[in-house]
Amino acid sequence: MSAATMTPAAARAASAAGSRPGKRRTGVVWSVVAWVVGVLFVLPALWMLLTSFHSEQAAATNPPSLAAPLTLQGYREFFGAGGGLSPWPPLLNSLTASVMSTLLVLALAIPAAYALSIKPVKKWSDVMFFFLSTKMLPAVAGLLPIYLIAENIHMLDNIWLLVILYTSMNLPIAVWMMRSFLAEVPVEMLEAASIDGAGLPTVLTRIVAPVAMPGIAATALISFIFSWNELLFARVLTGVVAGTSPVFLTGFVTSQGLFLAKVCAAAVCISLPVLIAGFAAQDKLVQGLSLGAVK
Amino acid sequence: MTTSSSPPSRRRRPLRFARPAALVAVAGLLLSGCAGAGGDELGGGSGGHTINVLMVNNPQMVDLQKLTAEHFTKETGIRVNFTMLPEDDVRDKISQDFSSQAGEYDVATISNYEIPFYARNHWLVPLNPLAAKTPGYDQADVLAPIRKALTASDGNLYAEPFYGESSFLMYRKDIFQAKGLKMPAHPTWQQVATLAAEADGAKPGMKGICLRGEPGWGQMIAPLTTVVNTFGGTWFTKDWKAEVNSPAFTKATEFYVNLLKKHGEAGAAESGFTECLNDFEQSKVAMWYDATSAAGSLDGAGSPVAGKVGYVPAPVEQTKNSGWLYSWAFAMQKASTHQADAWKFISWATSKGYLNLAGKELGWSRVPPGTRNSLYTNPAYIKASAAFAGATQQALNSATPDNPGVQPRPATGIQFVGIPEFAALGDRVSQNLSSAIAGQTSVPSALNESQKLAAAVAAHYR
Repeated sequence: MSAATMTPAAARAASAAGSRPGKRRTGVVWSVVAWVVGVLFVLPALWMLLTSFHSEQAAATNPPSLAAPLTLQGYREFFGAGGGLSPWPPLLNSLTASVMSTLLVLALAIPAAYALSIKPVKKWSDVMFFFLSTKMLPAVAGLLPIYLIAENIHMLDNIWLLVILYTSMNLPIAVWMMRSFLAEVPVEMLEAASIDGAGLPTVLTRIVAPVAMPGIAATALISFIFSWNELLFARVLTGVVAGTSPVFLTGFVTSQGLFLAKVCAAAVCISLPVLIAGFAAQDKLVQGLSLGAVK
Repeated sequence: MTTSSSPPSRRRRPLRFARPAALVAVAGLLLSGCAGAGGDELGGGSGGHTINVLMVNNPQMVDLQKLTAEHFTKETGIRVNFTMLPEDDVRDKISQDFSSQAGEYDVATISNYEIPFYARNHWLVPLNPLAAKTPGYDQADVLAPIRKALTASDGNLYAEPFYGESSFLMYRKDIFQAKGLKMPAHPTWQQVATLAAEADGAKPGMKGICLRGEPGWGQMIAPLTTVVNTFGGTWFTKDWKAEVNSPAFTKATEFYVNLLKKHGEAGAAESGFTECLNDFEQSKVAMWYDATSAAGSLDGAGSPVAGKVGYVPAPVEQTKNSGWLYSWAFAMQKASTHQADAWKFISWATSKGYLNLAGKELGWSRVPPGTRNSLYTNPAYIKASAAFAGATQQALNSATPDNPGVQPRPATGIQFVGIPEFAALGDRVSQNLSSAIAGQTSVPSALNESQKLAAAVAAHYR
C-alpha cells in the first residue's frame, strides 16, 4: 500500500539505495572478469613484442628469460639489413590486395544489402541463405580448381587475382553485416526523403550512408583484416611478384637454426597496419559493433 | 524551392562522405601502381636477364641470397629474384610449379629425395652436359656419394649440390670427462644407450641424449630409419613387400622409443632439429644424434658449448656405418625460358669460388659444407672447423644410399625411400610413433597400424 503511494522517483531512489552494495559487488566481479579476459588476450601479443626485442639465443631459452638484454636485431633482419630481402614489396602487395578488395566489397555489399533490407526483393531470405551457403565450402576445397584456372588464364602470381578472391571471400559476410546495419535505418527518414522527392542516389548518400557509417566502417575493417591476414591462397597462388606479407612472414621460419625473435619482430611489424586501422576507426567501430548484427 | 532553401550545411553533407571515399579510391589506385612497382623491384620474372629462384630458407641459403646481388649480379648482369620458404612449404611450392611445368621458377632447391622421380617425370634439365662445357667448374671435385645421390637412373646428373650433410653423434666432452665416461671411436647403439643412462643427470636437468621425436618424415623418421637400417630392418623388401612391423623394424623402433622415454630430452614427442639444438646448447642433454650440419652452430661463434663438443660416426649395430645422406641442390626446371642464365647462377652458387667467397665475406664457419672435396683441404676452412670437418667428411664419404642396410632395397635412399609416396607415408607413420613416444600407444600397435599404410603404398609398385 505504501509502495503504491510513493512517487516513481522516490521508489527508484529506495530501490537503488537497497541494492547498491549488491550491485557494486557484482560490478566489481564483472570488472575483474573483464580485466582477466583482457589480460589473457593481450598477454600473447605482449609476449610477442618482448620476444621481438630479444636475441635469438635469449628468445629460445626454456624457461623463458624475461630480463634478457634488449636488441633490435630481429627488426634489422626483418627490414633486410645486410642484404636480406626487403619487406616493402610484400607489405605493398598486402595493402593493395586488402584496400582494393575492401573497396570492391563495400561497393557491392551496400547496394546488395539495400536490396535485402530497405527495399527487400522477393525471397530475400533465400538470397541471404545463398550468400551464407557460399561460406560453408571449406576454402581449401576450392584451392586446386582456382589454381588450375589461374594457371590457364595466366593470373598466377598476380595481385589482382588476390583482389578478386578476397572480394568474393569477404562479400557474403559483408552483405550480412551491412543488411543488419541498414535494417536500423528508420523507415520514417526514408519516407520523408521520398516525399521530398529524393531519388535513390540521394537517399543512399544523404540518408542511408550517414546513418549506417559506423556499420560501413565496421564492415570495412573486418574485410580489411580478413584480407590482410589471409595466408592459404596467397601462399599457393603467389610467388615472386605478388607475395603478401603473411607469406613473407613464414619465410623466417626455418627447420635449421633459431628464428623466434625474427618471426616475432616480423609479426609485430605486419600486425601494425591492422592495429592502426583499428585505432583509426575505433569510435565508428564501437558504434558499428553495438548496432545491428552483433548488438 | 525546397532545395534552394536547404541550409548550406545540408548541401555539403554528401561531401563529408564523398571526400574520404574519393581519397580512399585514389589511394587504392596509387597502391595498385605501387604493387606493380613492388613487383618490378622484385624483378618481374620474365624479363631479359632475370631469373627466379625458389629456395629453402636454411641459413646457408640466406647467406647466398645476401651475396648474390653484390657479386653474381654485378659480374654477370643477371638479376636473381629469390623466394625463400620453410622446408615443407618449399617442397609444396616446387612440386606445384614443377609438376605443372608452370615455369614460374627457373631454378629451385631440391634434394636427393626428389631427384629419382622428378627426373623420371622429365621435369628437370640434365646438368652434366652443361657442367662439362663450363671451364673450371670441376665436377669431379664434388663428393662422390653426393654426386651419385643426385644422379638419376638414366645416368644424368640433375642437380648440383649447394649443401650436403650426413649424420653423426655429438657429445659433451667436458661432461664425459667429469663423469669418467669414454666415448668409443665407432660406437654401437647399445653402447650409446649405456652412456646415455650414465650421463643422465650429470648436471641438474641434463638428460642423456636428444633424438628427434617430432612427427614428420624429415624429422623423426630420418634418424629412426638409420637406426632401423643398422638393426637389420627395412621399409620395403626388394620385391615391394612392406616390412614395417617385421621383428627387425620393431626391435629398432622399440630401442629408439625406449631410449627416448628413459634418457631422452624433455618433451621428446615435440622435439625436432631446432629443439635438440637448443637443448644441446643449453646443456640439457649430454649427447645428440643428428645432422652433421649442426656442428657449425655448436662450434660457431657465440655458442655456449663451442670447444666442448666431440663428434663420432653414427652408431651402428649390424652395418659398418649408418649415417644418412642429404643434399639441398640446385635444379633447373625444364619449362624455364632462361636456361642459360639459370645455369650461370647454378654454376656460380655451387662452385669452389662461391665457397671461398662465403668464407672470406661471412666467415668459414658459415660456408655451406658437404659438397666439395677441395673444401676439406682448404687450410682456412680446416682451421675454422677443425673440431668437426674431418668427422663430417668421413660421415659423408661413408654413406651408401644404394645399400644402406643388410638387404637389397627397391629404391635408393638411406633415411628415406626414394618414392613420391614416402613423404606422406613417413608423416603418418611418424604420427603413430610420436603417440608411442608420448605413451599413448605401444610401439607394436603403432607399427601394426603403420604396416597397413606401407602395404597400400607397396601394392602400387608390385
